[in-house]
Amino acid sequence: MLTRRIIPCLDVRDGKVVKGVRFQSLREIADPAERAFLYQQQGADEITMLDISATPQGRATAIETVARLRNCLSIPLTVGGGVRTIDDVARLLDAGADKVAINTQATREPALIEQCSRRFGAQCVVIAIDAKRQDEHWGVVVRSGQSLTPLDACDWARQVQQLGAGEILLTSWDRDGTRSGYDLELIAAVSSAVTIPVIASGGAAGPDHLIDALRAGADAVLAASIFHDGQFTVADIKRDLAQSNVEVRL
Amino acid sequence: MNAPTTISIIRTGSANLASVIAAARRLGLEPALIDDADRVERDPWVVLPGVGAFGAAMQTLRQHGIDDALRRRVQHERPLLAICLGLQLLATASEESPGVAGLGLIDAVAERFTSAPRVPHMGWNTIKPTRSARVLRAGCFYYANSYRLARIPADWEGALSTYGETFVAALERGPILACQFHPELSGEAGHQLLARWITARTAVECAPC
Repeated sequence: MLTRRIIPCLDVRDGKVVKGVRFQSLREIADPAERAFLYQQQGADEITMLDISATPQGRATAIETVARLRNCLSIPLTVGGGVRTIDDVARLLDAGADKVAINTQATREPALIEQCSRRFGAQCVVIAIDAKRQDEHWGVVVRSGQSLTPLDACDWARQVQQLGAGEILLTSWDRDGTRSGYDLELIAAVSSAVTIPVIASGGAAGPDHLIDALRAGADAVLAASIFHDGQFTVADIKRDLAQSNVEVRL
Repeated sequence: MNAPTTISIIRTGSANLASVIAAARRLGLEPALIDDADRVERDPWVVLPGVGAFGAAMQTLRQHGIDDALRRRVQHERPLLAICLGLQLLATASEESPGVAGLGLIDAVAERFTSAPRVPHMGWNTIKPTRSARVLRAGCFYYANSYRLARIPADWEGALSTYGETFVAALERGPILACQFHPELSGEAGHQLLARWITARTAVECAPC
């Protein structure tokens, strides 16, 4: 039986874990390698690291951070943030990422998805979609939420699957960092639009939110603040999920 | 006698080797990256990693004569660990790359999942070993695969997993261990499996005459 994955996410800037609300107002909280190792010990199924550095120097630091994470992790590591070219993907994989998440650049250059999938395999290629509620549907925002594209989130999800993506990291821009729960309608809509796995992200405040997201159709759930603040350990969350008959790895 | 200190990892081109290297170090072994056919045939411990496409990987193995070296290695029953695509490369062919011959060491064809809820099969799944398996034990292991073997061939032990359908989680025969999952990414369960693979062989070699 395939278990549902719990994925702590580290937003990393200049070598430090930070956390914001709706991608803004960041505060530094910890060393990424120490945090990642702690979450692994608690039973995390995978770690995602998003590099939100805006400078070339920050990007170079991120590569070093990936290597440090790899050395202390024996579980999968997904890395995203600022990925522009196939060489960026190769560099992150060489440094120790198992999967690479591409966001903004995939919308500008969809062929990049196809190239990465052919060269590294679909299982390496995660497409991050930041969805924002519009009147009757969900739009796709890029550049950390700064620009709204003309894309529809469900159509875009279908298209990235077609191009060879192996997984979708679906973040609700509206819910990110708000602790008001995942956008369940968004999760249901996107996960029924595709047949590749969907990781839900944005809005978790406690175990019930994660359970709701998994029931809405997510294959995995990603969360940051609830773990960073020490309010819940991954083990706490997994125990609650198991009690609600969600299959998890204990 | 101590376990050997070097483990040789075959460079297959597109594969990301950092996780395999990190796992080797956790076992107390020194990883060496190799693409020399002679070393592939004779080094004490060899890993055939696997990420990428079946056709491209076979082409790389053929270019360096590694395909024949691997066949001889398996015939002589020298320790080999094949991971994910590495397991599929041991088969005769794969639906992923029609017309490309595999190593032909396992009488089976890798096929795409037919009844799986979502593909790739991504995440942690439980495995159930066959009764006479020596190093494989029940547990939860990390997978990232779209293709799989449907059943354990007659002359192998192994383990099965379920994902909409039953498929081969791993195969073992003597010192050959082939895993569809990634032991190097499977936390403590993966580490313990690799440790058993290493020590099982060391114990055989060092048994008193």
